[in-house]
Amino acid sequence: LMTAKSLASKETVNGRCWFYSDDDDGISVYLNRELHAMNTVVAQLQTQFQDYLVSLYQQGFLDNQFTELRKLQDEGTPDFVAEVVSLFFDDCSKLINSMSRSLERPENVDFKQVDSGVHQLKGSSSSVGARRVKNVCISFKECCDVQNREGCLRCLQQVDYEYKMLKTKLQDLFNLEKQIVQAGGAIPQHFPSYTILRPDIRPCLDA
Amino acid sequence: MATTSTGDIEKTKSVEVKKKLNVLIVDDDPVIRKLHEIIIKSIGGISQTAKNGEEAVNIHRDGNASFDLILMDKEMPERDGLSATKKLREMKVTSMIIGVTTLADNEEERKAFMEAGLNHCLAKPLSKAKILPLINNLMDA
Repeated sequence: LMTAKSLASKETVNGRCWFYSDDDDGISVYLNRELHAMNTVVAQLQTQFQDYLVSLYQQGFLDNQFTELRKLQDEGTPDFVAEVVSLFFDDCSKLINSMSRSLERPENVDFKQVDSGVHQLKGSSSSVGARRVKNVCISFKECCDVQNREGCLRCLQQVDYEYKMLKTKLQDLFNLEKQIVQAGGAIPQHFPSYTILRPDIRPCLDA
Repeated sequence: MATTSTGDIEKTKSVEVKKKLNVLIVDDDPVIRKLHEIIIKSIGGISQTAKNGEEAVNIHRDGNASFDLILMDKEMPERDGLSATKKLREMKVTSMIIGVTTLADNEEERKAFMEAGLNHCLAKPLSKAKILPLINNLMDA
């Protein structure tokens, strides 16, 4: 069991912490080795986080508005992104339930109510960068406009699926953030910028 | 064919409006109210929120409300943004009012909203980069 008489000084080199001791039994080498291992863990987690975030953009779950949200997060508002997306998911749940009730009886569909719900969902999904949810809302609105109940029901099902999928993905992302912080690291602040050329993800609108 | 390119983008520099803004955020969507609150905070302003146009009008009824800026959503229950803007101007409210529309709104709808008494119109989603230059220009004017 090795102990240090004192930790004489600390130095940060290339974002990594190095501790030095004033005893000469190689403790600083030992400590540095330990810290190197920790830093390696942090680096691995940071890479995992970055790769996962990139994949969410590439798979169309998120768009640049999510990047804008992350830019707004700082020391004064450290949980801002998590708070906003949590509000968004609550919103999704309420609106989907409300629209489901409006669409329940084929003989008495309140398309105005459904349209209002879609409008709100489209706005909030657009504001948080929930790209797939927003795209479903575009199709959903078209179904409302022509009073296509079956189309609306399909879109409702899809929007429910997409928001729950996104919720799971973002939970995984936030968990990675927590792991990085717990391991003593900082959350990467690289803000990806993408030119994504791909068709919008739209559900089938078979009548 | 999907192509991607990545580049490091510097985090938006911490620039603030030239004086402290007092802002009323009017939107029926809690997600958007929260987002706009943080945007205003990030540019050095303070904010209050209203869930719809009727609430925004009620806040001004006693004549003591004093906002530099009102961010007014267009589509809201109870009283929409167009009606609320008209009413506020009738009540001699001189705050800057920026209408917040969606891309789905057509030119006529935007024009009608502007004619209700807006100073400017922006499309959702708002961002710091969109709003800051506009606020600074309007404040200078």
